[in-house]
Amino acid sequence: MRPASFFRQLPDLANLTSPRHRKIGGRATQPIQWCAVAPGIFSRMFGGSGRQGAEGEFISGEKISRRSTGFNEFIRAISREEGLKILDLGSTSPANITFMTGLGHKFHQEDVLRSASDKSLIIPNGDGGTTIDVHRYFDENLDFEREEFDAVMFWDLADFLPEPLVKPLIGRIQVAMKPGGILFALFHTKDAGPDSPFYRYNIASKDTLELQPARAFRLQRIFNNRHVETLFREYSSIKFFLGRDNIREVLVTR
Amino acid sequence: MWKSSRREDEVTTHTNEPSTTGHPTAPAATAPPRPAEPVRDTTRSSEIATIGKSVVVKGELSGSEDLVVDGEVEGSIALRGQSLTIGPNGRVRANVEARNVILHGRVDGDIHASERVELRKSASLSGDITTARISIEDGAFFKGTIDIQKPEPAPKIEPRPQVPAAAAVPAAGTSAQGSLLEPKKV
Repeated sequence: MRPASFFRQLPDLANLTSPRHRKIGGRATQPIQWCAVAPGIFSRMFGGSGRQGAEGEFISGEKISRRSTGFNEFIRAISREEGLKILDLGSTSPANITFMTGLGHKFHQEDVLRSASDKSLIIPNGDGGTTIDVHRYFDENLDFEREEFDAVMFWDLADFLPEPLVKPLIGRIQVAMKPGGILFALFHTKDAGPDSPFYRYNIASKDTLELQPARAFRLQRIFNNRHVETLFREYSSIKFFLGRDNIREVLVTR
Repeated sequence: MWKSSRREDEVTTHTNEPSTTGHPTAPAATAPPRPAEPVRDTTRSSEIATIGKSVVVKGELSGSEDLVVDGEVEGSIALRGQSLTIGPNGRVRANVEARNVILHGRVDGDIHASERVELRKSASLSGDITTARISIEDGAFFKGTIDIQKPEPAPKIEPRPQVPAAAAVPAAGTSAQGSLLEPKKV
């Protein structure tokens, strides 16, 4: 039996690769924390190439090329002028640095998932469990000026980050982005399973991304479209692209 | 050079000082004396100073020869026109200025290289990079901003047109005539 939210997403599935432009708004909903859902299309497509490793451990595997309509639009937007400041929040990628500096932009790299996996950030939560020290995390990371960046490559980090960091991180990025700046993000669909591999996204060309199996981070949750809209509700607009591999691409404008 | 384990507040290298590394002693008086020739510094290009892995330096480090840091440096490093290599054991907490910087170890600080920066796969850099060219190997960690500065083109010296001496004297109103060529400001 499919949940009701699955059917609410059907219109998106009919709109393969066609962008939909929405103004952000609507009621707040909680993202779906990942539970026992069978590995789906996404993990079957991308799951077989890499070796599973311990959390944070580097793994190796075959690289996969993926054409990306949303990324193509992102690149078009930042190619109109030189000297923009681009923020990459993914793993350090020589290809991305080469590509962006080749366009004449300044490039800032900060691997938020790696810094979030620092074990010294784990503190007791008072209920006998543990949580991440959010205050210390933001004291030590993402120390940006207001309106510093013209564009942000967020990739699929929201699906992998520890829960307490997701919303504050999106808020911190919004403050650091210039008005009119754009953010490119990817979100797994409901077909992704907990073993969906974590990839490093390398820019191969203006419309092609190369997915390289990287550290073994575990998928934490899945956002549906409503969750994504809620996550970016402080931004001015959002545009969805759905690819054939059931991963949503999102372009958000500050 | 700096292979000793002494700790100094300030270390400065001077190429004018005689280097004791890598120069075999000349054989004693086997060749006949020659007329005096100007001394050529043939060893300059091969001079590389090394800070060994047990050496800790705090303060300003400057010089005009290539340097390999495999120990710890805290402060600043300025090697204008020279290359700096930070070895796998190198730990640098300093702003770095050099012509080329090759990083295998760890740097917390900004790097300004007039030519090239290379981050090898074991490298870890937290700081900003300003350089003309950069290469980063897979596996290197980087946190900071990269600003690629294009080398400034050499200024073109345009040949001055040959004009008769009379025409070279500015007449009244020529400056106003020149301004007509400028686009009108609306």
